[in-house]
Amino acid sequence: MAVCVAVIAKENYPLYIRSVPMENELKFHYMVHTSLDVVDEKVSAMGKALVDQRELYLGLLYPTEDYKVYGYVTNSKVKFVMVVDSSNTALRDNEIRSMFRKLHNSYTDVMCNPFYNPGDRIQSRAFDSMVTSMMIQVC
Amino acid sequence: MSPTQWDFPVELCCRPMAFVTLTGLDVVYNAVHRAVWDAFCANRRADRVPISFKVLPGDHEYPKCRPKRTSYEWYIPKGILKTGWMNKHLNLVPALVVVFYELDWDEPQWKEKQSECATRVEIVRQSLQGRNTKVAVVLIQKKTPLPPGEDVIASERAAALCNACELSGKSLFVLPHTDHLVGYIIRLENAFYEHAQTYYYTEIRRVKSHKEFLNKTTHQLLFVRHQFKIAFFSELKQDTQNALKNYRTAYNLVHELRAHETNILEIKTMAGFINYKICRLCFQHNTPLDAIAQFRKHIDLCKKKIGSAELSFEHAAWMSKQFQAFGDLFDEAIKLGLTAIQTQNPGFYYQQAAYYAQERKQLAKALCNHEASVTYPNPDPLETQTGVLDFYGQRPWRQGILSFDLSDPEKEKVGILAIQLKERNVVHSEIIITLLSNAVAQFKKYKCPRMKSHLMVQMGEEYYYAKDYTKALKLLDYVMCDYRSEGWWTLLTSVLTTALKCSYLMAQLKDYITYSLELLGRASTLKDDQKSRIEKNLINVLMNESPDPEPDCDPLAVKTAQKLWADRISLAGSNVFTIGVQDFVPFVQCKAKFHAPSFHVDVPVQFDIYLKADCPHPIRFSKLCVSFNNQEYNQFCVIQEASKASEVLENLTQGKMCLVPGKTRKFLFKFIAKTEDVGKKIEITSVDLVLGHETGRCVVLNWQGGGGDAASSQEALQASRSFKRRPKLPDHEVHWDSVLIQANTMIISRVPNISVHLRHDPPALTNEMYCLLVTIQSHEKTQIRDLKLTAGLKPGQDANLTQKTQVTLHGTELCDESCPALLTDIPVGDLNPGEQLEKMLYIRCGTVGSRMFLVYVSYLINTTTEEKEIVCKCHKDETVTIETVFPFDVAVKFVSTKFEHLERVYADIPFLLMTDLLSASPWALTIVSSELQLAPSMSPVDQLESQVDQVVLQTGESASECFCLRCPSVGNVEGGVATGHYIISWKRTSAMENVPVISTVITLPHVIVENIPLHVNADLPSFGRVRESLPVKYHLQNKTNLVQDVEISVEPSDAFMFSGLKQIRLRILPGTEQEMLYNFYPLMAGYQQLPSLNINLLRFPNFTNQLLRRFIPTTIFVKPQGRLMDDTSIAAA
Repeated sequence: MAVCVAVIAKENYPLYIRSVPMENELKFHYMVHTSLDVVDEKVSAMGKALVDQRELYLGLLYPTEDYKVYGYVTNSKVKFVMVVDSSNTALRDNEIRSMFRKLHNSYTDVMCNPFYNPGDRIQSRAFDSMVTSMMIQVC
Repeated sequence: MSPTQWDFPVELCCRPMAFVTLTGLDVVYNAVHRAVWDAFCANRRADRVPISFKVLPGDHEYPKCRPKRTSYEWYIPKGILKTGWMNKHLNLVPALVVVFYELDWDEPQWKEKQSECATRVEIVRQSLQGRNTKVAVVLIQKKTPLPPGEDVIASERAAALCNACELSGKSLFVLPHTDHLVGYIIRLENAFYEHAQTYYYTEIRRVKSHKEFLNKTTHQLLFVRHQFKIAFFSELKQDTQNALKNYRTAYNLVHELRAHETNILEIKTMAGFINYKICRLCFQHNTPLDAIAQFRKHIDLCKKKIGSAELSFEHAAWMSKQFQAFGDLFDEAIKLGLTAIQTQNPGFYYQQAAYYAQERKQLAKALCNHEASVTYPNPDPLETQTGVLDFYGQRPWRQGILSFDLSDPEKEKVGILAIQLKERNVVHSEIIITLLSNAVAQFKKYKCPRMKSHLMVQMGEEYYYAKDYTKALKLLDYVMCDYRSEGWWTLLTSVLTTALKCSYLMAQLKDYITYSLELLGRASTLKDDQKSRIEKNLINVLMNESPDPEPDCDPLAVKTAQKLWADRISLAGSNVFTIGVQDFVPFVQCKAKFHAPSFHVDVPVQFDIYLKADCPHPIRFSKLCVSFNNQEYNQFCVIQEASKASEVLENLTQGKMCLVPGKTRKFLFKFIAKTEDVGKKIEITSVDLVLGHETGRCVVLNWQGGGGDAASSQEALQASRSFKRRPKLPDHEVHWDSVLIQANTMIISRVPNISVHLRHDPPALTNEMYCLLVTIQSHEKTQIRDLKLTAGLKPGQDANLTQKTQVTLHGTELCDESCPALLTDIPVGDLNPGEQLEKMLYIRCGTVGSRMFLVYVSYLINTTTEEKEIVCKCHKDETVTIETVFPFDVAVKFVSTKFEHLERVYADIPFLLMTDLLSASPWALTIVSSELQLAPSMSPVDQLESQVDQVVLQTGESASECFCLRCPSVGNVEGGVATGHYIISWKRTSAMENVPVISTVITLPHVIVENIPLHVNADLPSFGRVRESLPVKYHLQNKTNLVQDVEISVEPSDAFMFSGLKQIRLRILPGTEQEMLYNFYPLMAGYQQLPSLNINLLRFPNFTNQLLRRFIPTTIFVKPQGRLMDDTSIAAA
């Protein structure tokens, strides 16, 4: 399961970012922020590709010693970044992919909320609980 | 930096090359020998064989060879690899010893020389006893050798020498000292290289041969050692494929060793060495992915092998070194042409190395915090007898002990203490910063700006720990804007917090204030209690007091800082800090808004400054001032409170100079614009908010333009997108988001209170003096002065119009080109309230089309605004579009005397010019007169007086004239002959007497004149009468210079009887005329076809009857016999 989930706006500022454990929050913020380098590069590389044929899932952005960072970018250039513990080998690419899809669906629900102003920080409870379900349960 | 314990030995990192020693060369005193040596060692580029040469004396003692072991049964190895082994084979034990000897084939004392050479070889052999090192002899000769086989003495003596030295023929070389020295040397060294390879081959065989004696229980270490040796010899042999294979085997063997706390360091050290070699060779073989895979495997295997917990920092140091070394290898490979990518570049390895270095620092901090009283043990347990270790990776106090049980726990304790105390002296920050800066350089190359920023933050923090605050601030300040511009507030806050500590510890006032301002602002994610603390500190600083220390600072550093702050307080000097806020997010926001996008000059300009504070407690400022592009207004827009600095904290909630957190404060400013600024833009260039007092210490927050900082544009965008309902606020309060910045306004002139009317009769006619009546009426309450009129063509239209339009005030005479298209500033005088005046303007438009005319009336008036008398300049303008049309259309056509249309006229034959003047004007026109001015080539046949004088034409009516002209024969003129001009003088019927008459000149079209050979004209009455004789005379004129043969025939007609020559052939002399007389006798009434005259010119077949019919009538009206006449005749009868 994920240790950090982040939603990044088109302009690259964070819309939502949550991580477990809480005490090392800053480290994950930096990790998500630096992963945007790779996202930017990947997005600009496939910029020419047809929009409807484009794969939203960007795959593994970069591995660190302890974590793996995965990326996903929507057609409106909103980025999802997920940090997974490296030791968690049970997670396959397909599972990551489906987690991202779930995240995307939930994000779409947030966007459909008429009271949500696109570009504001996400404060939806439904989204929050969905993210919680994807995170490691700290016991 | 001197090599540390963790750096790899040089002999491991270098590229192994075959070692060859040269003896018998005196490179100091012998020039020839020197040249030979130079040729060996100079210019060793990649295309030369990889050999390292060394010059040694002939009697050099080589390392002694240990006696051959016949059995390994009782042998127990003491370690994996001896520290001296690699160096021994790189630099001490040669693969080949070359004996140089000066000897020519024709040497007279051959025997003596030969035996001396043999002795030298023998000495070398002696010192190499037991080794497989090859020996070769090179004879340095003065003479160029003859081709092989020709020199009989040479081959004989060579054989003899080989025999004497016990050399094979392959080991004897000749080096003629001639011009081609380098060429000979290269051939020589290639031969040496072959010998060296044979030597290393036998060495490999020798090591391999030991294998069968080993057993797995006692000789595990030897398996690794031998495998490593084989691989190393293969490298010396330049057989990198086999070297790699053997290193890989060695690597696997290392991990098969039984690991225990006592030998884990040795295992890791050797694993690190072998891994280094494997990765190096993989990069060399251009298989970087293999290198990366090996390294990953290596790290995964060794990550958990921490060893002794008390020395866990050693593991971190070792890990750090592994990553650093791999990063170096990777980087080196890139320099040699490998391409790296964003996600796989050396930067990641340096970064990880730095991470382990940081871990090492943490561990060292935790494990090496011995009391100051703990002294370094004596005798030093880390000292060895030789000063170096025997085996790589062993502990100095128990070298060669393989037992896993600690024989002497006390000794062990002392050793660990020694290591810990040594570790305490290591400058970790320096190591970390070096690694981080390596990583930064890499990430910069591979387009990872954010990674670079992150590493720079870490570097800054490391400098902070290292107490180099200046460098820390420099780095942190550099990256701050990246996080700010991308809106990562948590990261920005963390960077700012560190920066604030640095500036506190250095007592850097301006930085301290700047960072405080931002940490208090809305971009900061600090908790309120932190913000309160910072705000309190900020106010303290502004009151010239020392702030409280930042939390988590080194107590020693705090003490220094407090002293620095105390110095700052006592020091006078610059205490006003101006901080431009547009590049960061301060805790006060500002918006300036003019009430309107434009103001009339006679009303005061008003604008609001909105301020909002985001800090936790109310804050009081001392001054608010606004600067404009016209600085004269600055003085009117200042709010200042004469409060003492100490009052900043008191009376917080009241007073207009106080900002309550979260509440928007509005400050209204007004001033009267200067009349000179009419038509100009007034712009707020900056807003300054002063915190603290100018007499004490104060900060000027400076907003460029009408406010806004680094975050406000994004916020404004979000606010504009939002359609959330804002809660209702009391009347005088506003929502911050709903305030839009309006930083400039236009000053426009006072609204005029006069009316301007234009009277005219459009459309204008080309070239006429078009009359435009301007009526100005004043509705002002007071007298208006200096009334001026500007009228004419509105500027900015087609440039051609300007030349074709003239405006004048005098309508009685035609204006010419000198008149301007726009009359400016015609003084009209003053006007009392209610009065009106009229002004007549005449416009002459030379071309058709529509034109915009401008009538601009300006005047001065005195008015009072806010008890201030000002002179306003007002103006009113009217524009009118006037269409200009042709007054009439003139059509001109040429017809024959029979009124038939002519495409061309015939020389000397009269024709008619018809003009048709069709009025196109909507107004009645009076044609005053018309005139035909003929070109010299034309001559009139009769008078040319005008037939349309004083004719009045209504719209659509036309007036025609007809002139009979003749054109004398001219040659063939291209484009025809000019006819002349037709001049029409006209004016509007409605125009006044004094309005001048306009002459319109029409250029008549050119006409093509053609010569004809024969002209025929007929004299005949205008009509005939039935049964009355009708005499017809045809005149045939020869227009040529030739005698013409003419055939004439007259065809009979039913309507006529006729007499005369019916068919004739005659000649007409040049220029003469022949008359033919016929008498027709009409038989029928009505239009009748005359008997047609056919003329056939023998010389001019083109001359047809068709042409003829143009000149002579073909029909005639025949009247019936007059009844009247009949009556009379009857009567007469």
